[in-house]
Amino acid sequence: MEGRLRVLFLTNILSGMCMLLVSSTAWSVGAETNSDDDESQQQVIQPQIERRTIDVDTIDTEDFEIAIFSGLYSAEDFGTNMVIGARVAYHVTESIFFEAAYAKTDTSETSYETLSGGAPLLSDSDRELTYYNASVGFNLLPGEAFIGKGWAFNTALYVIGGVGNTSFANDDRFTVNFGAGYRFLATDWLAIHLDVRNHIFDTDLFGEKTTNNLEFTGGFSIFF
Amino acid sequence: MRAGLCALLLLVVTLVNADEDVYPEVKVADPYIELHTGPGKGYPIVHVVDRGDFVEVIKRKTDWFKVRTAKGKIGWVSRMQMEKTLTPNGEVAEFVDAGLGDFSKRRWEMGLVGGTFNGAPVMTVYGAYALGANLSAEISASQVTGDFSSSDLVNFNLLSQPFSKWRYSPFFTLGLGQITTSPSVTLIQVEDSQDLIAHMGIGIKMYLTRRFIFRAEYKNYVGFTSNDDNKEFEEWKAGFAFFF
Repeated sequence: MEGRLRVLFLTNILSGMCMLLVSSTAWSVGAETNSDDDESQQQVIQPQIERRTIDVDTIDTEDFEIAIFSGLYSAEDFGTNMVIGARVAYHVTESIFFEAAYAKTDTSETSYETLSGGAPLLSDSDRELTYYNASVGFNLLPGEAFIGKGWAFNTALYVIGGVGNTSFANDDRFTVNFGAGYRFLATDWLAIHLDVRNHIFDTDLFGEKTTNNLEFTGGFSIFF
Repeated sequence: MRAGLCALLLLVVTLVNADEDVYPEVKVADPYIELHTGPGKGYPIVHVVDRGDFVEVIKRKTDWFKVRTAKGKIGWVSRMQMEKTLTPNGEVAEFVDAGLGDFSKRRWEMGLVGGTFNGAPVMTVYGAYALGANLSAEISASQVTGDFSSSDLVNFNLLSQPFSKWRYSPFFTLGLGQITTSPSVTLIQVEDSQDLIAHMGIGIKMYLTRRFIFRAEYKNYVGFTSNDDNKEFEEWKAGFAFFF
């Protein structure tokens, strides 16, 4: 029994050694042919390897937004008139943006002037109201709007507030503004805006008082 | 009018289409990256690109990149995921923004600051150019809207920033300017007064993120009025600026 086992063991070792020998020679031959192939292949491949590095500066960034808008501005005591203006915004993150705005509106006669029929309180040039402001906006409800089955547009409902100046009746007044707006992106670079703002400033035209001046506007903006 | 508008729109569209060039490509190195429908984390994920696939980077909005896959799918990828992609060479793609290092090397700076000028609200816009690592020249325009008068100020000043590499960097300013004051009277026309002013100030700039800094300062002005009676003004202001 023991003798048979020993024979089996020896034959196993022998066959194993044979296989090792055969495979190792085969491998070395294979390696030689491979290295030959490598050289010939490299020459074929070489022209295809394009050394391209990614230049981040070439990627078009669209963080700035320039807008024109028009609508109605209700100057307290001085009627509601058409307003026209421009805004520039910089989007810092997906949620926060900075905005600077300038706008101009005419004001109408006060009820007192109309009823009394007397001399106007303000000259024509003093009746023009201009304002500028710098504000911070927050995209409160970003989302998508769907038109029909095949169209989806990115939108955002934002809240915004800031400080600035109002020039009216030959007087400059520190003005606080706050409001909300809706941005509808027709494409990545073109947006439609709807805005509601309240501009609050003090005036001493009819004794010192704080006025609330509501503004409703619509406009277009371009991202660049 | 309508035809003109249409022509203009057509021109804009062709102009925009004209520069359809080759976009940089990156290879996905993470197990996958997610394509959102819009540039924000709340927008739904509509597509996933696996490791090893290439995407073209079309444009960027804030921290989001619009990419196109080999199959033509388009979506927005966050900067965090883009930072883990590779260039065609196999190097890590660098979507790095301006950092603190750029802050100390900046050339131009523009900002908007607000505060009080002798108790009245003031708004200032300024621009600065760095003459050296620690010295810059500034020009600023301010509007003060007081109860009884409003003033416009124009100032030129030099700003010395001894520790320009610090994140919280103190500075000193010294300058000259002009103040134009017009009394707030509605019904009578009163002459505006114009005076020379000089100021010195102290403040701090704080690097926030990317190209943004926060700036707070105190300035003490002396107004050389025409009636031999110098006036002193105190101004406290704070605001934001960006550099490039």
